[in-house]
This record gives sequence, structure tokens and C-alpha cells, in this order.
Amino acid sequence: MSRFVRRLAGAPWRAIVEGAISRAVVVFCGVTVIDERVVSLTYPRGPSMLPAINIMGDLVVADKLSARYGWVSPGDVVQFVSPEDPRKTVIKRVLGMEGDAVTYLVDPANSDVSKTVVVPKGHIWVQGDNIHNSTDSRQFGPLPYGLVNGKICCRILPLKRFGLIDSKQ
Amino acid sequence: MGTGIQIWSTAKTLATGAIIGLTISDRYLTIVTTKGDSMHPTLTAADSFFRGDVVFAERGCLDKYKFSRGDVVIFKCPSDHNKDFVKRLIALPGEWIRIPVSQEIIKVPEGHCWVEGDNADRSWDSRSFGPIPLGLIKGRVTHIIWPPSKMGRVERKWPEDSAICSVYLQVNQPKGQLKP
Repeated sequence: MSRFVRRLAGAPWRAIVEGAISRAVVVFCGVTVIDERVVSLTYPRGPSMLPAINIMGDLVVADKLSARYGWVSPGDVVQFVSPEDPRKTVIKRVLGMEGDAVTYLVDPANSDVSKTVVVPKGHIWVQGDNIHNSTDSRQFGPLPYGLVNGKICCRILPLKRFGLIDSKQ
Repeated sequence: MGTGIQIWSTAKTLATGAIIGLTISDRYLTIVTTKGDSMHPTLTAADSFFRGDVVFAERGCLDKYKFSRGDVVIFKCPSDHNKDFVKRLIALPGEWIRIPVSQEIIKVPEGHCWVEGDNADRSWDSRSFGPIPLGLIKGRVTHIIWPPSKMGRVERKWPEDSAICSVYLQVNQPKGQLKP
């Protein structure tokens, strides 16, 4: 017993702990950098993207590279910082890029009136798939592209809906 | 064989350094070179070898998006996400301001802020493109670190000689009546 304890005491504890801490720091930093710039996972909540994304329970992959380099086009689902509250992240579908003319129903529940808007430079037009229950460009106007921080490319959970998110026009 | 191991070891050190550097730069503090005259005399171009003042910009403010009037902030241009601007934050969400040229009084919408350059004549800012979403802000300038003659804190300044003459706070203002 005492030989075991002596061996324990003789082990280079300080070096082991320092090594473990420094490895943990590097791994943490690596994960942070990848999450920020390459891909990240997110749990969207809310009914505004039904039926493509469920009210809760879906785990989706956000592609950060595409958003950073502007590889986004109409039909893509994007994740962005809300222009109404910078602490919230919102997911909607892109309907128009800069220069596009977007036509939308002003009040789909009550009337057929529609408006057409030309998307200004550097902005995009986003709308939820579920237009009856979505706060999007119809309320806050064209979105500056600088707020976009990810393109939602596919879903991981639930497993039976595993796969790419449809990119519909 | 020895050189191979050395190269690998150097590569690992560089990669580790880069990862840690990127993490610090994204979450805590970064170094930015500024250009242009819009923030003269606080930040001036053509003063030094780098064609502009080099500053520290802190990212801690992006955690809760709590800013103060007078902060100098770096943000993405609303019409071109690849360009960054440096301006002073003049009004926070919910505040009322009087736009200099048209004398119109507007309320800064929730989640947005009003930014202006210290050098009003040479600054393209909220007077042209309107209030900007706070989400476009990427950092708050805290210190000038180059050139040595200008080293020091960048103070939270109230722009006395800027074109904005007054700011009305929303509190205590009965709707429809604005006291000068």
C-alpha cells in the first residue's frame, strides 16, 4: 500500500496538470473558432419556419463560411442577429438579394393586398415560411447582410427528419 | 527525418498560436487600423506609417450589447458587409434625436443606434444611412496604440461641436409634446 502511495506521490503531478490544462485551453479555443467561423449547431425555436423547421426539437447545422463569404442566394435559409434585439438570433428564408424586386402580401390573414419592394444594396429580404406567424422583413424592412451569420444547410435531429433543408424558390 | 519532425512541431506551435490568437481577437480584444478623416481629430489618417491610427477594440461589449452615448464603435457598413466603419455612438435605442439638416425629430428604433463621425463634414454616417442595427457593431474602440504621440485612452466624449444640437430622452416626454 505504501509503495503504491509513494509511486503516486512520485508522479510528475504538476506537469500532468499543466499539460491537461493547456490541452483543454487549446481544444476550447479550437472549438470556439470553428463554432464562430466554420460550422455551428443550433436549436431553432418558434413557429415561423413551419413546415421546414419545427416549433422546437430540431437540431440544425449552420454553415458560417457561406455566410461570411456571401455564398447565399434566394431560397436559402439563413440565421441572423435580430435587428430588433441584438441579443436574439433569428432564422428565416431569403426571398430576395440586393437589387431584386420582392412582392409580398401585406396582411395575409385579412386581405390580398400585396406590395413590391426593391431590395437596397447590401441588404436582403427575409421571410418566414409560415407567413401567418412570422416577424420578418415585412415588419422590419430589408435586412443588412452584415447581420447574417450563418446559412442553415441541414438538420441532424430528429433522426427521422435527418437531411438537407429544402431550398425552395 | 529530424527536419520533418521540426517542421511538424513548428507547424503545431503556429497553429496553436493562431487558434488562441483568433479566440482572443474574436471574444476579448483586437487590434484595428483605421483609415479616413471622418473621426478627425480623435482618429486621424495619414498620421503615421500605417496610414491611420492603430487602436485597441474590445469585444466584451458584444456580450450584452450595452453601450453608452459617446462610445466610439466599429461596425459593418449597412450597405456593404465587407467594409467596417468607425464612428461615435450618439443615441441609444428608444432615444429621440433631432436630425441636423432637416431638423426632423425621430425616435431611434429598438435594437438600433445613431452613429456620427467627429468630423461632421467628412463623415458618411447615420445622417445619410439612418440608424443602424446594434447587431452590426463589432467592437468598441478603447485605446489608440500607434502613433506614440497619440497613445492613450479614447474617451467617451460628448460631441459639443457636432451638428446634433440636442437629444431628447423618451422618459418624461408626454406624447406629442417635446420641450426644447
